[in-house]
Amino acid sequence: MNVTLEIQRFNPEDDKKPAFKKYSVTVDPTDRVLDALMDISRNQDGTLVFRKSCAHGVCGSDAMRINGRERLACKTLIQDVTDDDNTVIKVEPLRHLPIQRDLMVDQNPFFDKYRSVKPFFFPDEMPEEKENIQSQDERAMFDDATKCINCSACYSACPVLDKNTNFIGPAAIVQAARFVFDSRDQGLEPRLGVLDTADGVWPCENHFECTRVCPREIKVTKLINLTKREIKKYREARGEKTAEPEESK
Amino acid sequence: MVHEFDAVIVGAGGAGLYAALEASKTAKTAVVSKLYPTRSHTGAAQGGIGAALGNVDEDSPEWHAFDTVKGGDYLVDQQAAKILAEEAVQAVYDLENRGLPFSRTPEGKIDQRRFGGHTRNFGEAPVHRSCYAADRTGHMILQTLYQQCIKNDVHFFDEYQVVEAVMDGNRIAGLVVFELSTGEVHLFKAKAVLFATGGFGRMFKITSNALANTGDGPAVLARAGIPLEDMEFFQFHPTGIRGMGILITEGVRGEGGILKNSKGERFMERYAPPLLDLAPRDMVSRAIMTEIQEGRGMRGDRKIDDYVMLDASHLGRDVVYAKIPDIADFCKTYLAVDPAEKPMPVQPTAHYAMGGIPTNIHGQVCTDDVVYDGLYAAGECACVSVHGANRLGTNSLVDLVVYGRRAGRHIADYVKNADFAHLPEDAAKRATTRVSKLKGEKGKHPGELYERMQGVMMEKVGVYRDEKPMSEAVAALQKMREELGEVRVQDGSENFNQEVLSILELENLLDLSLITATTALARTETRGAHSRRDYPERDDEKWLKHSLAYLSGNEVKLDSKKVDTSIWEPKPRTY
Repeated sequence: MNVTLEIQRFNPEDDKKPAFKKYSVTVDPTDRVLDALMDISRNQDGTLVFRKSCAHGVCGSDAMRINGRERLACKTLIQDVTDDDNTVIKVEPLRHLPIQRDLMVDQNPFFDKYRSVKPFFFPDEMPEEKENIQSQDERAMFDDATKCINCSACYSACPVLDKNTNFIGPAAIVQAARFVFDSRDQGLEPRLGVLDTADGVWPCENHFECTRVCPREIKVTKLINLTKREIKKYREARGEKTAEPEESK
Repeated sequence: MVHEFDAVIVGAGGAGLYAALEASKTAKTAVVSKLYPTRSHTGAAQGGIGAALGNVDEDSPEWHAFDTVKGGDYLVDQQAAKILAEEAVQAVYDLENRGLPFSRTPEGKIDQRRFGGHTRNFGEAPVHRSCYAADRTGHMILQTLYQQCIKNDVHFFDEYQVVEAVMDGNRIAGLVVFELSTGEVHLFKAKAVLFATGGFGRMFKITSNALANTGDGPAVLARAGIPLEDMEFFQFHPTGIRGMGILITEGVRGEGGILKNSKGERFMERYAPPLLDLAPRDMVSRAIMTEIQEGRGMRGDRKIDDYVMLDASHLGRDVVYAKIPDIADFCKTYLAVDPAEKPMPVQPTAHYAMGGIPTNIHGQVCTDDVVYDGLYAAGECACVSVHGANRLGTNSLVDLVVYGRRAGRHIADYVKNADFAHLPEDAAKRATTRVSKLKGEKGKHPGELYERMQGVMMEKVGVYRDEKPMSEAVAALQKMREELGEVRVQDGSENFNQEVLSILELENLLDLSLITATTALARTETRGAHSRRDYPERDDEKWLKHSLAYLSGNEVKLDSKKVDTSIWEPKPRTY
């Protein structure tokens, strides 16, 4: 079948502002949108740039907006976004991150926030030449959060980031939750200084956009709410107040 | 710009990150990576990491080492395999102690599953040896190691592509590196350089490898005059998603999945009765291709792209979604098949390079006569050799953790007493000229050449090999390397010029394809993954040796390296 990709183009070396350009490609309905993009860059227009690597949804390189919704181009088949011959598929870069060129965005602000939650293990104690014992139920507690591939789709989809650019965003909270709910880790304590602040977990308003777009099907909003609850529990036990603003309670 | 570090690690997958963690304890260390680190292809490894923990069955590192040697059809260096199996145990505990979320046994220990070629008591029966985290073990290793690198403030240069290695005699002097975001060419001066750039499956049409797996490290070193080892041995994984090559983990068969032909027969009964579907990968891939060529593929047209079925539906929904959730996701996304209900269409997919940059057990690049000072390699791009002629499932993750760590430790020690070698000031000149020439006049797009190379390698240097097609492949690849000179970019920009990058990658793949085809043509025997129709037997008298290949213009010159058989005497490889 034949489809048209309408792709947002922008090269700061030459352009004042982004503009759309149309490309006609012959594809199979079961081709990935990534295949169509590769066909364009290799055989039609070498100036089109985008990130890619694993091409099957595990490396997180090629998140972009396809027909207005955050998706991985390698995990989206043509037939997922259109049934008809000659339809137009609109492709744009992620939001909330500066455009570097075409479909490439600067992920450094995203990774800065990721790093801010201390996404690494703080063990309670280290066993000697053995593994920590962890029950299957304890392991299941944080399984969902381990699936995150840092693709930034949720960060782009989050409506809160439209108005509060300082919000650490859904993915950073998921990364924190991966440790907060790990029975082997010190959990909340080392991360409270980031999570329990005005730009930490509290700006989340439960729009569920992150959960809707997550290509790994992580229940992101649920993890954010569980983390909020854990912080409240922690503060209550110590007779302290959380940083949750009064108006949002 | 010129940078100066004690150690530069090229590549940020499992091997590179582990080496960086170790090296940075004493050495001023930089990691140079063409991708953001969490994008590396280690993250796509699914099934597990083999280690004789004995959490489920009785097991021993000695059995693991033997399986590795036998699985590699005795082309494995045996002391290296012994180290691999022994250090695997502590390596897995170390990863767990650093937070890696392994799946658990009912007692809360690290759970283990069966995998092809891993056996109890020197081949008696399959053993539960693969430590796993659902079917995303590689993802967890990559995440855990990257997390530890953040914790330890390792310095990263993301989206920097290495284009040349500069040698000062037999010493490494530094690297010439292309920065994607600016187009600037940088010089990295270093006492020690470790290559951990992963595989190069993208030379084949059907592959499980990432688009970024273009063999940059081995190709750069080959052009610097360093030989590559055992490049004729390339593993085809039996179960890639039909047409796309996306990996369906061997863990599916480890959990009880069964391969079937168009008649519904469990055909592995005819090829490897004791291990059945859990025979080593080269054997299963050959069995599938034989079924296809004898007309029992699903289409029955005997063509190279016919396929067979992998059935996991009898395992039940609970097992499928608990043990192989990502596989279920891939199948639903790309095939509209739910593996809990229907079998999956699969075909062999180019998966893993057993060969690569020759190293010793410290990760130092070497031949029988020369150790290249300060130059290291680890992971898939290296050849220690622990995989010999065919790698066992799970041993890639073991290799990168054990030997990434060993190389990192050796570097940390080495740089204490080493000086910088001489790096000429104009070392970047050739690369700069090359990039501006690509942007110069008008020329061909790279797309057609890329597809032609992948087609030739798949058809003529694939699972089964023969003299005539391989000679044709060598000639075709030599011609393509000449044609590459006519390829030009349309994109004249300095910033984020992906087109320049893609041509540099294509050049690397063409160089490695030529070496692979030439060494495969030269080895007149069948051993492990190298399966010659015209020489169907293993020939220890003539070929119990590693090959070394030197790239010289448009030719490949061949030499050899000794195999260490100091523990087990080579025997016929039957299962």
